[in-house]
Amino acid sequence: MTIAGSLRVVEAGARVYRRTWRGSVISTFLNPVLYLLAMGVGLGELVDEGTGGASLDIPYLTFLAPGLMAAAAMQAAAGDASYPVMAGIKWRKTYEATLSTPIGVPELLFGHLGWVTLRITFVSIVFAAVMTVFGATTLVEGLAAVGPAVLTGLTFAALVTAFTARLKNEAGLTQLFRFGIIPLFLFSGTFFPVEQLPDYIEPLAYLTPLWHGVELCRGLALGLDYVVPPLVSVAYLLLLTAGGAFYSIRSLRRRLIS
Amino acid sequence: MASSLVSARGLTKHFESLVAVDSIDFDVQEGEAFGFLGPNGAGKSSTMKMIGSVSPLTAGSLSVLGMDPARDGPKIRARLGVVPQDDNLDQELTVYENLLIYGRYFGLSKAVIDERAAELLHFAQLEDRRDSRVEPLSGGMKRRLVIARGLINTPDLLLLDEPTTGLDPQARHLLWDRLYRLKQQGVTLIITTHYMDEAEQLCDRLVIMDKGKIAAEGAPRDLIEQYSTREVLELRFPVGTQAVNAEHLHDIAEKTEVLPDRVLLYTDDADHAHAKVLEAGFEPESTVSRRSTLEDVFLSLTGRTLVD
Repeated sequence: MTIAGSLRVVEAGARVYRRTWRGSVISTFLNPVLYLLAMGVGLGELVDEGTGGASLDIPYLTFLAPGLMAAAAMQAAAGDASYPVMAGIKWRKTYEATLSTPIGVPELLFGHLGWVTLRITFVSIVFAAVMTVFGATTLVEGLAAVGPAVLTGLTFAALVTAFTARLKNEAGLTQLFRFGIIPLFLFSGTFFPVEQLPDYIEPLAYLTPLWHGVELCRGLALGLDYVVPPLVSVAYLLLLTAGGAFYSIRSLRRRLIS
Repeated sequence: MASSLVSARGLTKHFESLVAVDSIDFDVQEGEAFGFLGPNGAGKSSTMKMIGSVSPLTAGSLSVLGMDPARDGPKIRARLGVVPQDDNLDQELTVYENLLIYGRYFGLSKAVIDERAAELLHFAQLEDRRDSRVEPLSGGMKRRLVIARGLINTPDLLLLDEPTTGLDPQARHLLWDRLYRLKQQGVTLIITTHYMDEAEQLCDRLVIMDKGKIAAEGAPRDLIEQYSTREVLELRFPVGTQAVNAEHLHDIAEKTEVLPDRVLLYTDDADHAHAKVLEAGFEPESTVSRRSTLEDVFLSLTGRTLVD
């Protein structure tokens, strides 16, 4: 394993992106605009005028925006770690080509995660800018959430890659989004505090990586109190990332160099 | 053995209960074109992947460029060129960008890659496609690009897995011409194929593989001499009567083989045998007399044809 090898894989990711960025760049900008407009501004006014205003203590738009950044990072990471990984393994077999060079599986995996991390950083910074334009937070507050959002994205990139590398076909990817990513998006504290969930579901929310990401983003951006110590959340996300990376390497080895 | 680039002893590969490669021995010398000929599933690609240092051995020993694939995989791969069975190009990128990305994996500088890419695109007759996206290119062009890509690191050894499968005859001949030029330049080639004409055209020496084992080894002409006769007379009898007719033909040829659609007579003089067949009162629907090929060697060794 060499760092130089991983960097070459990052570089390849960037070169491919230079050809394919048009498809994703629109969603990078449009996603935060649409969500903040619909949920933050539209729904937010109702929330602020109702009982939500009193219990949140801050405008709903402000409450929502940093958490939504973490959720957007998760979605972008899951996108980059699912279909493109399936293409690399099976559809286009570009991973096979990469591995016939001096690059090995760990370098391929860390390079892939490195590239996804760079892209999520870009997505998150754009998100911070859009938040600022909407008046949800100041730019400094928005940028404060970028770090934890990127960590959240990295965690999901590792987990989703590990999941995808085990799949025989793309049917499992549809399930991943339908039963994994979308429920997480809705119930991990992005749109409302998880205390609102029924008591028997609430503990489950604390186990989801997205909830920890949302907590960190919101805490760092808005200076709110944390439910669990932030270092515990960071450690939890790092642990899941390491686990995801470990299983990704194992599965990719099994698939590609058996 | 000093110039042996690849050396295998008892090389074995299992996939769970399947024995893909069953204890084979071979040596590939520097500068030669070495072939693995055999039907699908004979173990050719598995052998190729082990030489390519991307697939661990189950048993036996293998040395590639004097190194051990288990320990020196990246070092070996740095000096190999690999042309896989499927065109695993990045379809979204241009022809040049595919060479660039691949070259960068070897740690080559962009300047070096640019220089080599110009030569290789000329060699692969893709100069005017340099900045085209890969996806719309023809099968033959993609194959030539994969070969050009495999040469970007000026490898000591080029591995070609079924290089012309799926190509039309014209594209195949163009590709053979390019491979022949590489051979002339002294590049060591290892080729797997299930086309006997490809093996005869390109290989100095080959092994015939069947069910994971090596059935025979030698130069194409020597193998034909050893395992077949000089010529073959093919007789096509009415449907369903091949075996019945063959029963009475044993005296005319050294050996007969019955295929579903024809009978093959192995003889040193096909025209003479043909005359005797007609003399004896047989009325085949059609006849072909031809020279023996590796296909006949394979048939004689295994009792089966190469391509079903």
